[in-house]
Amino acid sequence: MRLLRWIEFLRNRLRTVVWVCLVVLGLLVVVDALPGLVDKEHHAHTAPERWPAFWAVFGFVGCVALIVLSKWFGHAGIMQREDYYDE
Amino acid sequence: MSDWWVHPASILILGGLLLRWVPARFKRAYLLLVPLLVFGRILGLTHGTFGQVQFLEWTLVFGRVDALSTVFGYIMSLMCLLGTLYGLHVRDDGQHLAAWTYVGGSLGAIYAGDLLTLFLFWELMALSSVFLIWCRRRPESLGAGFRYLLVHTAGGVALLAGIVLHGQATGGDLTFGAFDVKAPTLATYLIMTGFILNAAVPPLHAWLPDAYGEATFNGSVFLCAFTTKTAVYALCRGFAGMEILVPLGVIMALYGVVYAVLENDCRRLLAYHIISQVGYMVAGVGLGTELAINGACAHAFAHILYKGLLFMGCGAVLHMTGQSKFTELGGLYQKMPWTFLFTLLGGLSISAFPLFSGFVSKSMIVAAGFEEHKLWAGFLLMLASVGTFLHTGLKVPYFIWFGKNHCRPETWARAAEPPWNMNAAMAVASILCVFIGCYTPYLYQMLPYPVDYHPYTAYHVSETLQVLLFTAVGFFLLIRKLEPEPTISLDMDWFYRMGGRAFRWLARQPVQLLDTCVGELYRVAGMVPLMRSARLAGRFDQSVIDGLVDGLAHSIRGLGQRLRAVQRGHVQQSLAVALGVAALFILLFLLFSSDPR
Repeated sequence: MRLLRWIEFLRNRLRTVVWVCLVVLGLLVVVDALPGLVDKEHHAHTAPERWPAFWAVFGFVGCVALIVLSKWFGHAGIMQREDYYDE
Repeated sequence: MSDWWVHPASILILGGLLLRWVPARFKRAYLLLVPLLVFGRILGLTHGTFGQVQFLEWTLVFGRVDALSTVFGYIMSLMCLLGTLYGLHVRDDGQHLAAWTYVGGSLGAIYAGDLLTLFLFWELMALSSVFLIWCRRRPESLGAGFRYLLVHTAGGVALLAGIVLHGQATGGDLTFGAFDVKAPTLATYLIMTGFILNAAVPPLHAWLPDAYGEATFNGSVFLCAFTTKTAVYALCRGFAGMEILVPLGVIMALYGVVYAVLENDCRRLLAYHIISQVGYMVAGVGLGTELAINGACAHAFAHILYKGLLFMGCGAVLHMTGQSKFTELGGLYQKMPWTFLFTLLGGLSISAFPLFSGFVSKSMIVAAGFEEHKLWAGFLLMLASVGTFLHTGLKVPYFIWFGKNHCRPETWARAAEPPWNMNAAMAVASILCVFIGCYTPYLYQMLPYPVDYHPYTAYHVSETLQVLLFTAVGFFLLIRKLEPEPTISLDMDWFYRMGGRAFRWLARQPVQLLDTCVGELYRVAGMVPLMRSARLAGRFDQSVIDGLVDGLAHSIRGLGQRLRAVQRGHVQQSLAVALGVAALFILLFLLFSSDPR
């Protein structure tokens, strides 16, 4: 069960894992803003895509919007008791 | 009939029919051998038109082998092999037969060169796959199976009606090729309705989560691959460039994502993500450019593998714990770490992480959308990718293997790694997902058009990583809002489930009331006067007719009695008197008649 030990190893160092992830996120945004590394002129289709961290904001806002709007939609009557269709 | 051509579907169906006579100790080897033979047969197919049969005034074409049918035939037979390996330990010949016949139907539809043959195999798919739902043998499975069958029958009727009208318009030419998408007729729309019902395009989609969440643990692995992707093939063949499919595809992609947020059952969540992912393919077909069609085919190919893998992972959890709801699971990483790893790899593939299969296929469709200047489609499909990673990449692994442990003691005690064959199938599917993502020529060389597309540009990698990793930030920040709730979500099936109930109410209440009214009316207006007139006639009969008859009899009796008074003594006495009187008369006659002269 080496795999299980690996998972336990990471779980026991959750704080470090979170910090590493945050650093990776920061690096991503920084790298994306460097024109020498990421060629936006040839690949971006619209002006907003050229803004630094556009896709990071898109991902975060999209995720939050999806969760909030879907849950609102669900609680507006779509989500029902499990025995809803029982007679 | 043209020269001898062995149809790959015939190997599967015949193999399935012979299964019950295979001795138990050879069964596992046989179960692997047949799909391997089919895969080998498909690898050996050469391009061309084979298996032509004259039927009435039509030529049925069973084997049209070209670039498009080859890529779909290849992945379908590969998935059949993986699905059979996954369910190798299942001792239910009927289920294996149903699964193979179902795959046979799919292969038959893919290689069909005319619409009648397509329809034949199309219906075979629906009829055989329903057994994969019924084989779970729960009371709910029975209802879900019947709903599945009814919806597909409706789709089949639309398809057949379209084929008949199309045949009428073309003067009997039923070749299955590209339809005129610029000037669609009623026939075109009817055929498209049949196809998009199988592709689960809203509002014709509710059969999918209903059925796939209720099928057996290995049945869903088959179901998730064949029906929708055969429909994608049929759409690629017939409806490339059909404008309306772009908005429909984008709606699908987002619809599945929204419902996945609400879903508590992991397999139903995955089913909603099939709708979402097939949305990309449908949008690709609607865009219709070479890049978009390549993208649709590539995404179907990649999707069959990673969705199969995800259904295998969640199926393993169901098989080993008996549970598939997030509110009954959690913390299983201690018991099923390998299943977690495989499911996570499937989740990363569907989310289109770089180095995984979704990355090299999904992006072709999004790029085609941007290139066609359909910016709204491109951005909305990117938003759907956010939702995909949110649920399949994060929610499914987190709430099954981590999160709060909702397992009951018996669930926890049962939980363990699945049998070797299930792990092996998941391992092979995982390797393929990574292989496709890392070595693009493997997939790209199979696509119907030459590929001039490079997914691994710095911009594309940066864009994807930002979108996905910041989605993860949103997930962990809002994780409390995503806590599973023990609910079900109402979907379009509400209309026919409650509609069926309304019909039953209608039959019980108003129709029965009407029936009672008519009965009462009949009784009051018909039966009562009839009874009365019968009673009158009876009385008339008794008093008049009977009186008359009785009176006559009475008179005759009276007369007889009176006559009886006249008659007396013995017969001899009467005869003696009569003879005496007669003799006296004769004597008197002789005396007075003798002449005195």
